Amino acid sequence: MTARERGAAIDIKGATKRYGNFTALDDVSLHIEPGEFMTLLGPSGSGKTTTLNVVAGFTDLTSGDLAVGGKSIVALPAHKRNIGVVFQHYALFPHMTVGKNVAYPLTLRGMDKPARDRQVARALDMVKMADFAHRYPAELSGGQQQRVALARAIVFDPPLLLMDEPLGALDKKLREWLQLEIKRIHRELGTTFVYVTHDQEEALVLSDRIAVFNQGRIEQVGTGRQLYDEPTTLFVAKFIGESTSLRGDAQTSGNETSLTIAGQKIVAGGKLAGGQKPVVLLRPEKLSLASAKTPLTAGQNSLTGEVSEAIYLGSGSKYQVTLRDGSVAIVRSSLEAAPFSIGDTVDLRWSVVDAKLLADDNRADMTMT
Amino acid sequence: MNQTSHTPTAGGDHPRPAGAVQGPQRRLRLAAYPSLLAMPALLLLIAAMGYPLLTVTLRSFSDPAWGLQNYVWFFSTPVNVTVLWRTFSIAAWVTIVCVIAAYPYAYLMTAVGPRLRLVLILCVLVPFWVSGVVRTLAWVILLQDSGIINSVIRLLGFDGVKLIRTQTGVVIGMAQVLLPFMILPLYSVMRGIDLRLVQAARSLGARPARAFLQIYLPLSLPGVFAGAIIVFILSLGFYITPALLGGPRSTMLSTLVQSQVLSLLNWGRGGAMGVVLLVATFVLLALAAPLMRQRHKQASRS
Repeated sequence: MTARERGAAIDIKGATKRYGNFTALDDVSLHIEPGEFMTLLGPSGSGKTTTLNVVAGFTDLTSGDLAVGGKSIVALPAHKRNIGVVFQHYALFPHMTVGKNVAYPLTLRGMDKPARDRQVARALDMVKMADFAHRYPAELSGGQQQRVALARAIVFDPPLLLMDEPLGALDKKLREWLQLEIKRIHRELGTTFVYVTHDQEEALVLSDRIAVFNQGRIEQVGTGRQLYDEPTTLFVAKFIGESTSLRGDAQTSGNETSLTIAGQKIVAGGKLAGGQKPVVLLRPEKLSLASAKTPLTAGQNSLTGEVSEAIYLGSGSKYQVTLRDGSVAIVRSSLEAAPFSIGDTVDLRWSVVDAKLLADDNRADMTMT
Repeated sequence: MNQTSHTPTAGGDHPRPAGAVQGPQRRLRLAAYPSLLAMPALLLLIAAMGYPLLTVTLRSFSDPAWGLQNYVWFFSTPVNVTVLWRTFSIAAWVTIVCVIAAYPYAYLMTAVGPRLRLVLILCVLVPFWVSGVVRTLAWVILLQDSGIINSVIRLLGFDGVKLIRTQTGVVIGMAQVLLPFMILPLYSVMRGIDLRLVQAARSLGARPARAFLQIYLPLSLPGVFAGAIIVFILSLGFYITPALLGGPRSTMLSTLVQSQVLSLLNWGRGGAMGVVLLVATFVLLALAAPLMRQRHKQASRS
């Protein structure tokens, strides 16, 4: 049996969950490959945790189907689903030692003591907590508790492991280290992992694929690269990574859209389906700054603005440029002859092919970091 | 739970050089002697509890003459020993009834929304604000042979039950009076139990009943013990309820003490009875102490 075969495929079909008038999940469908590391990413209240609770069996669906390993488990109660769950607040049993906590699922399955001890030792080894078997949870740090919780969730070899913001309560350094640990454990086990987080960086570090949730729906599913380079909605584009969005008066001629922003005209490659207001989305590393004297090369757009913030990052610089219509562009440049400083009038330039034309969702700009 | 109090030692740790400013030093005095904060309560306890207790204890050995005669009398009179035993037995029954009635109630209080919770808390507290005598008299009306309870039982086609002037009646009345002392500590412990622990147990494969027995119940036991001890100890000294609801076969020790002291003016014997009850309670608490000592601490819930 190769590692990959131990994970189970998951099929969520048309999952809907309503609480009175509030729709927490709105017709969500998602297929997860066996052994895949799938992250459910989204702001709080977007339905990602509800989805996890539905899979775990803590929440019933209003309608829709859910299958693990090809078998529908909608009707199964939580304790019969054989799915490992890691909670944000660890949820270790405070009246049991670490060893007893990890042995608990095996005890429930009636495993005899020698086999149980072996499995517990193996699981604690995997999370590097073997020396702590006789401690109580209250005697451990947050990171240690979460590793024990992870051991407890994998000790019974579930084909699927669910993690609900497991690193949310930990500090940044520990979080980064545990991310790598989780990645390693995923590789070693070959179990299907479903991971919930609101942290896009964490999602990019860990996942094979990411499902971006918003208002109870999935906006887009794809690898981190796909979501960053080819976002299909403005929400996804803004949620993953930094970006600049430009709005203006749109004219469409043939297959090309152009925008007029504070009197300057730019070309946005492509065209949107009828009636949608276009937004031009630009990633900071696709933008460059030039002084107005520098001649424009073919296929480039240019907008005039003023540098309102300049940050030296070592590997390059990051600029905020306030455009004439008041919108702010974020530029990251790695090499430049003469750095710009605050107050400089500059031309913001980019190649038409690097811009992404998206439909405006009429939501106010959020600042995601 | 055993939390060690942090002693503010700002004044004690840093002795100021002679001639330091007077102001801050004065201000720090209270902080340097935190025991001062306990003084009002301590004085009250010494005056209202310590002194009378000492007097009663002394008189049990000295009234009418120095010696152990009062204790010899207590243990050589069969009725005293019977009543002592009955007092403990009634207290135990009251405690059991309170645990059984309070546990689901306190759990419900943690499970419902804030509004319903307020109603439930009021249901516990309102009877608490009514005088014990009034409540006991209400029980007399309910429990008597022609009372509501017996009328309902007869209406359902069963024979009437003798409740008033029986031990059962006393236990029912006392349990009702003491129920808040069981519910409130239980509720405060249950409120602190993270229900996600039960969810976690379910996800690990525990049936709901098993998750309750192995996870929730053990974590709620400190509340059960705390409430049980309060109820038990208060039961031992109950006077009005057993006197009004009970008959001669459900007399409790406090009634005997009352008749010795107030009717027979025999302070020595009354005192000896009180001391016996006190010592017996201490012994029982000492036996129960290991049960309550828990090794774990509740994991921090941030």
